[in-house]
Amino acid sequence: MNLAEGVQIVSGGILAVMMLATALGVVLLSNIVYSAFLLGGVFISISGLYILLNADFVAAAQILIYVGAVNVLILFAIMLVNKREDFKDIPGRWIRNLSTGVVCGGLFALLGTMILVTPWSINSTSPAVIENTIVEIGKHFFSDFLLPFELASVLLLMAMVGAIILARRDLIPEAMPREETITTSLTLPERPRELASLGGGSGEES
Amino acid sequence: MQLQYFLVLAAALFCIGIYGLITSRNAVRVLMSIELMLNAVNLNLMGFSNFLDPTGIKGQVFTVFVITVAAAEAAVGLAIILAIYRNRETIDMEQFNLLKW
Repeated sequence: MNLAEGVQIVSGGILAVMMLATALGVVLLSNIVYSAFLLGGVFISISGLYILLNADFVAAAQILIYVGAVNVLILFAIMLVNKREDFKDIPGRWIRNLSTGVVCGGLFALLGTMILVTPWSINSTSPAVIENTIVEIGKHFFSDFLLPFELASVLLLMAMVGAIILARRDLIPEAMPREETITTSLTLPERPRELASLGGGSGEES
Repeated sequence: MQLQYFLVLAAALFCIGIYGLITSRNAVRVLMSIELMLNAVNLNLMGFSNFLDPTGIKGQVFTVFVITVAAAEAAVGLAIILAIYRNRETIDMEQFNLLKW
């Protein structure tokens, strides 16, 4: 990292405050759409922290995958389940919230003291920073991490197939002897949905 | 910039994620909290990779794998939420008690 020390500290502080504020907004705001957009803020500030940690490739991958794919996927899910419902009050719920807050604060205090007390064996000299992290990560991927790298592709394929099967409309046709529906090899075995009304009503189904 | 700074930051993010995971009632917000926790773990990995192992950056490789698994988890989780919503007509976590008793 060839930035000055002061610049690093100031930008790190700004990114940390931004990350914590947006994370609290994700958890505490009542509107779920605001939470989803603030989640993008969390991901972008974490990407900035990665750049401060000399990891440019992972920072770019963080923005591409999290902000570009996961956040958009969450927004699509919010649109698909867009049902403004008021949750019924449960008696004694504030006790649950309070106790969870106490437990999380205690966990944070425990982790903080552990981090600050432990003598980390860092060599105080400035570490030799790798110039080209992409080349180094590529070497790792194709030499000693080759098997996990290939398994990741299989995992992504399985996740894609599983997501499509789970989110498909009707897995089992309710009446097997249906009228003649032309099934080719390109159509999924699901019930053909009735046509959306051509005139007015739109966006009714789920 | 010290290692402890990033570790405390990741710990704070993880605790916020746990709080949201337990207390939120919207199922989509639970998934968002899981993403927060995974990002906290990634921040830990990157901090250790930069400060303790700066020449052979294995922490960044692990971070890429965690990002991959997180993307797959988000896709499957949202598909599960869609399926539950289609069956139960709600996304309230308090009413998802199909496997509870």
